[in-house]
Amino acid sequence: MKIAVCIKRTPDSETRFRINSAGSAIDESGVKFDMDDFASYAVEVALQMKEKAGSGEVVVIAVGPDSVQETLRKAMSMGADRAVQLKADAIPFDGLAVAKALAAELKSGGFDLALFGKHAFDTSEAVVGTATAELLDIACVTAASKLEIANGKGSARRELEGAAEMVEFSLPAVVTIDEGIARPRYPSLKGIMAAKKKPLESKPAQLGASRVTVKGMALPPDRPAGRIVGEGTAAVAELVRLLQTEAKVL
Amino acid sequence: MANILVFAETRGAELRKVATEAVSVGRRLADASGGGEVHAMVAGPPGVAQKTDLLGRFGADVVIAVEHPALATFARESIAATIAARAKGVTYRAIVLGFSAQGRDLGPRLAAKLDAPIVSDIIDVEVAGDAFIVKHPAYANKVIVTLAVSGSPMILSVRPSAFDAVVAPRTARVDMMAPAIDPAASRVKVTQVIEGAKGRPDLADAPVIVAGGRGLKAPENFKLVEDLADAFGNAAVGATRAVTDEGWRPHADQIGQTGRQVSPQLYVAVGISGAIQHLAGMRTSKTIVAINKDKEAPIFKVADYGIVGDVLEVVPVLTQAVREAKQGH
Ligand SMILES: Cc1cc2nc3c(=O)[nH]c(=O)nc-3n(C[C@H](O)[C@H](O)[C@H](O)COP(=O)(O)OP(=O)(O)OC[C@H]3O[C@@H](n4cnc5c(N)ncnc54)[C@H](O)[C@@H]3O)c2cc1C
Repeated sequence: MKIAVCIKRTPDSETRFRINSAGSAIDESGVKFDMDDFASYAVEVALQMKEKAGSGEVVVIAVGPDSVQETLRKAMSMGADRAVQLKADAIPFDGLAVAKALAAELKSGGFDLALFGKHAFDTSEAVVGTATAELLDIACVTAASKLEIANGKGSARRELEGAAEMVEFSLPAVVTIDEGIARPRYPSLKGIMAAKKKPLESKPAQLGASRVTVKGMALPPDRPAGRIVGEGTAAVAELVRLLQTEAKVL
Repeated sequence: MANILVFAETRGAELRKVATEAVSVGRRLADASGGGEVHAMVAGPPGVAQKTDLLGRFGADVVIAVEHPALATFARESIAATIAARAKGVTYRAIVLGFSAQGRDLGPRLAAKLDAPIVSDIIDVEVAGDAFIVKHPAYANKVIVTLAVSGSPMILSVRPSAFDAVVAPRTARVDMMAPAIDPAASRVKVTQVIEGAKGRPDLADAPVIVAGGRGLKAPENFKLVEDLADAFGNAAVGATRAVTDEGWRPHADQIGQTGRQVSPQLYVAVGISGAIQHLAGMRTSKTIVAINKDKEAPIFKVADYGIVGDVLEVVPVLTQAVREAKQGH
């Protein structure tokens, strides 16, 4: 099985964000970057599949400036076999533009499966994976919380609102990865050393035209300071009174 | 003048709440761009065309009814192809859908099929000449991004509960449409739908959410959370990742950065520390109540009302008090 995993380098999720003085972007000074949560689950899923099959190849792909090479190396230190950087100075907020670059790369790759995170931490759009599948005209399963490939066919579980569905699909396919499927491994020292020698190819990203442009960024309003109503069961009556008369939710 | 197409999603034969919210957004956009029509597509098993009244009530001028027995389950490829076929025949300025499990699947497919720009999960939208200006929470809800979108049609998915469903009655005409491709023939087949807990609303729809954390100590103590949810009557049950990782609750119940994002009227955090990844999923709740024995727990920084105490003692008393308050109504 040949598995592609498309990953994104994004700010660390613990970051306390500041907005630059122009109000146009986040202030990146002092911010750590890494592949984001769902991307790391996708890498883990691919590695486990390869291990289970005992053969195959895991290729990680990222769009972005040269800094993404660090992220690609990390994925290789976890165990991916090789990496491809689709070079772009900046990644547009337009998910379809990015999907066009990834579809162009995946088209010629002969992959059985392409995995994506269910959404990227930064843009939080949940567009790129599914749009890539559609551009490639192959099967697509979004937000899989369980995934199995056997005998050239896939099966997955997807959480819906208040329900879940089991699906079966044909290969090749795109699957976007949701919470609960796997916890990403940490790179071993041996893995980190090996990753340095693994192939990392860099070529220009064939991004589509971007028709979504960022006008501004802002922090959401702070929540007003809350208050401690009291301690223990003695505070319950007062809480209920406040929920009735002040918050009016009861 | 610009017409707007809305995908009004259903589960079984029922319209989902986000469908009426999306129709309302469509109505507002049609009015703001010079008074076009709102066309609301509803797809499902035979009989689904009867949703006309409800869609008209929230401002649909036309209901496009796509009926087929195989549409009883979500036939993603067929529905995407059918919406795209309609949008190729009639000029629409925008296609509006919900940012739900279905909308997440359909929106990007439509963007690729129609070569249309897409913004997902919007919480605000305004028409500004040729462009639409939308607001979208990013970075796990920690940053609000304002985006300009140009191109027709554009695809917008709306965050559930971010927009009100506003009554704007119309007598909608019905336009029957056949699925563009056979819903029974798909590269992705739904083999089983597993229904969630009966009688409880979903996290996206519930006005009240009671969520439990590791402070509950053991899986059986989640009964306390369920009892409190039952006392409210209209509450969903959520959990932290610490709890879903332990297997006390299914992963689908997880609220937070990598779980569900919710905005109920009332969020009750039971034995939850308030880690930043958890806050990312619930800080937009209208009123937050926290019960935690540690008065320094970060959850108290976002909670409107806090009780410092042992959840095993406080929650049963609160449950009884809520039950009584509800009966007093
Ligand atoms: C990449 C990543 C993604 C993540 N995504 C999510 C996510 O989506 N959602 C999420 O929730 N977390 C997420 N987390 C985990 C998050 O960082 C926290 O570990 C988690 O939210 C903690 O859950 P908790 O509050 O239940 O447990 P704890 O942090 O263990 O807190 C338990 C709390 O209960 C209190 N307590 C203990 N006993 C009692 C008692 N008897 N009565 C009252 N209070 C008591 C304690 O004072 C404490 O505050 C993520 C972490 C990472 C690294």
